[in-house]
Amino acid sequence: MPRVSVEVDGVRYDDDVEPRLLLAHYLRDRLGKVGTPIGCDTSNCGACTVLMDGMSVKSCSVLAVQAEGKDVTTIEGLGDGQGLHPLQRAFHEEHALQCGYCTPGMIMAAIDLLKENADPSEDEIREGLEGNLCRCTGYQNIVRAVRRAADDMRQSPAQEEVTR
Amino acid sequence: MTAAPEIGSARLRSEDARLITGRTNWTDNIQLPGLLHAAFLRSPVSHARITRVDVSAARDRPGVIAVFSGADFADEQGSLPCAWPVTEDMVLPDHPPIAVDEVRYVGEPVAVVVARDRYAAADALEAIDVDYETLPPVLDMEEAIKEGADLVHSSKGTNKSYEWVFSGGDVDAAFRDAPVLLERRYVQQRLIPSAMEPRAVVCSVVGDEYTLWSATQIPHILRLMLAMVTGIPEHRLRVIAPDVGGGFGSKLQVYGEEVACLLLAKRLGRPVKWTESRSEGNATVHHGRDQIQRLSLASDADGRIRGLKVDLLADMGAYLMLVTPGVPLLGAFMFNGIYKMDAYHFKCAGIFTTKTPTDAYRGAGRPEATFAIERLMDELADELSLDPLEVRRRNWIKHEEFPYETIAGLTYDSGNYEAATDKARQLFEYDKLRAEQAGRRDRGDPVQLGIGVSTFTEMCGLAPSRVLGSLAYGAGGWEHASVRMLPTGKVEVVTGSSAHGQGHETAWAQITADRLGVPFEDVRVLHGDTSISPKGMDTYGSRSLAVGGVALYNACDKVIDKARRIAAHMLEADESDLEFANGSFSVRGVPDQARSIQEVSLATFAAHDLPEGVEPSLDSDATHDPDNFSFPHGTHLCAAEVDTETGFVKLRSYVAVDDVGKVVNPLIVEGQVHGGLAQGIAQALYEEAVYDADGNLTTTTMADYLLPSAADLPTFTTDRTETPATTNPLGVKGVGEAGTIASTPAVVNAIVDALRPYGVADVPMPCTPERVWRALRGGGPEPSPQPGAGGGLGSAGSADSADSTGSAGGAA
Repeated sequence: MPRVSVEVDGVRYDDDVEPRLLLAHYLRDRLGKVGTPIGCDTSNCGACTVLMDGMSVKSCSVLAVQAEGKDVTTIEGLGDGQGLHPLQRAFHEEHALQCGYCTPGMIMAAIDLLKENADPSEDEIREGLEGNLCRCTGYQNIVRAVRRAADDMRQSPAQEEVTR
Repeated sequence: MTAAPEIGSARLRSEDARLITGRTNWTDNIQLPGLLHAAFLRSPVSHARITRVDVSAARDRPGVIAVFSGADFADEQGSLPCAWPVTEDMVLPDHPPIAVDEVRYVGEPVAVVVARDRYAAADALEAIDVDYETLPPVLDMEEAIKEGADLVHSSKGTNKSYEWVFSGGDVDAAFRDAPVLLERRYVQQRLIPSAMEPRAVVCSVVGDEYTLWSATQIPHILRLMLAMVTGIPEHRLRVIAPDVGGGFGSKLQVYGEEVACLLLAKRLGRPVKWTESRSEGNATVHHGRDQIQRLSLASDADGRIRGLKVDLLADMGAYLMLVTPGVPLLGAFMFNGIYKMDAYHFKCAGIFTTKTPTDAYRGAGRPEATFAIERLMDELADELSLDPLEVRRRNWIKHEEFPYETIAGLTYDSGNYEAATDKARQLFEYDKLRAEQAGRRDRGDPVQLGIGVSTFTEMCGLAPSRVLGSLAYGAGGWEHASVRMLPTGKVEVVTGSSAHGQGHETAWAQITADRLGVPFEDVRVLHGDTSISPKGMDTYGSRSLAVGGVALYNACDKVIDKARRIAAHMLEADESDLEFANGSFSVRGVPDQARSIQEVSLATFAAHDLPEGVEPSLDSDATHDPDNFSFPHGTHLCAAEVDTETGFVKLRSYVAVDDVGKVVNPLIVEGQVHGGLAQGIAQALYEEAVYDADGNLTTTTMADYLLPSAADLPTFTTDRTETPATTNPLGVKGVGEAGTIASTPAVVNAIVDALRPYGVADVPMPCTPERVWRALRGGGPEPSPQPGAGGGLGSAGSADSADSTGSAGGAA
């Protein structure tokens, strides 16, 4: 079995894994990082989105072995241990979640979106998040939350660093 | 000191804290010592006799602990329950959780593997050898009821499960010599509910004590039904719904996999987990809608409705599940909508097909009915060259006419259709858009503008037990709540209404904080575990607040009543001299003589000096059984731009003015409306469960079954009018389903309105670019259905996926 060495939310793990093991299952079943849920098996829903070396990936379409030497951030690794990441706070304040199952992936995808475009329009947010499905909110408050977080993060850019 | 009222305030949700940080407890997160993983082998064919199942090779696969066929469980698995025998002669076939002799839809479980991990379990499925002797699929309801049709259940001699009839008024008289007669046929396509969290079950057994975690909406009903199906005593079975990621009706069910996990844990003496994949779920989670509606509407020359006749074929799928046969009948009382009429006739036949069973999906019967009447009202307006809002105004119940007994036999307690419509019309800039529409028509703009109207009501707050009884439903519709004051003055609230995204933990705490005068933060709401919340009827049918919230209101009052007695004793005053406000009992006229409810709670706990005969506890139980349904209503207006060259539909604006009565938390209400709109719009434009000619579901993945993304939906304009329900002390009505019920006809009406100058009178749902394009060119035969035929803005590439059909056979 191949060996994988990967840093997840600031902790380094060295594990023997089946070559076919998905990163999503590695995170959930081996590391107990159950904050990252799985919503489909065709990489359409985006619920399992995490950051790998700062880029958003759907962890159901990445093999654990492909994460070798990478730095993975999940929803559990956001914030500075005390406060929330501006996107987490904005999702709460704009009521951008109901059941919350899509929320971790939605937030991780939005982090990547805001890194590429710090001041996106509503249409750019809608296009940017089209790979993440939500069945509860109709997206309106998600769009609002991303706008709000974008404003917050531009006003205090230091907070962005907590995404590592 | 008066605290701002909690009821009505836009409290941010307390449940968010765990959901935004990933500290959730989804069923699939649960790990137990020695946990085994189950995977189901599923039928790859629509209809077949099972002639042989050989599991021996699968047993030898690495990591496999056990493999069973349906026959191995035949003596103990029982039949999955149907709680709603709608007629005395309803045909109710056996429904084994794992098929034994015959399979009747693609995806039906045939065998189960239990292994040390989920990959090993999935791998071993391919080593199971099943011989099928194929039988003819039964896919078309209108063919299925013809003489000599192939049968889904051959021993039953018919594909018709039941026929149910309701009649009000003199229908013949209403239709005799009517100046206007409209006859229409609409199809409610089959939908897949698609909660984001797939189903998951974990079952553990310790001695003879069973604990079952399930991603379910209905822990209480599930416990009862599992006990009845398996014979495991109810008091030995605890059911827990931990964090549940949406339901929309799909988790209002007793699934074969839940029974199977319980029996596997029992047989193996070890905990068992099963989590479905999305493709497995699309084929096997119950589906929704799927009706053929034949409608006749008679009116006077001025548009006043005389009568309505409804003739439904409702697809049950292969089996009757928990409330399958009752779903279309929830619509029976809603086809008349908000309108007065002289007569109404409703007939529904439940039809078996070799497809996934149908059951409740957000709105359950009411969206179908609302679609029919709201489409008909637009057709009537067109027939008489009236504005669609005007023809509605001529027929709707006026606000001064409430309470109003409808032709369908319901009493609408309250409503103000005029106010909601006026507000919506203003927000929408109705007249301005009509002017723009006229301009585009005049200049032959290739992009036409359509305006769709939906003035809907619905019955929710399910439900008065006596009404459910009269409809032959197997249980009641009450709800339970209890309130416990703790010694430190904190409060635990227990509700039988099990939330899965709705925000009960916040709204229930708001009600409690207001009633008891305690800080919002001092209230904890417990739910979703039959050991913690022993009584309840769970969450569906927009019932939680209108039934469960009222139970909580009453439970709070009981606590206050008891506390008053103790406070009077502490203050050495007469109970009748006490007043209670802002969490404090004071002697009337002597405000400095007061005891807070927290002080009373501590004194009750200490019990050193209680009044004679008072027990040392400050808590209460209350069960609320409503006298009537509640009737939210509203006016939704949709503007759609339709490209007559490509058939592409773009929603330009959408205004929803809803009247859900008193609002506990406007933030939550707005969120529910947004999500409801998205699902109703999705039915109009994007979603359809498609079966091919052999009975294979071809929309098994989210690449083929098109949930709208953020890029496919417009920004909604929402507002409210507030006409309190008169049937409960909170004045609340319910909001969970309103958006879904209202929006589908608003969108289709807008599309048809845009295309009327081209002679288009209907576009079948989902109104894909291809269907709109075909309708514009005079119809012609429908192409054979293709998965992924929708294709909104954000579904780029979906048209390309039209030929990539997924097979559900053997999906793990």
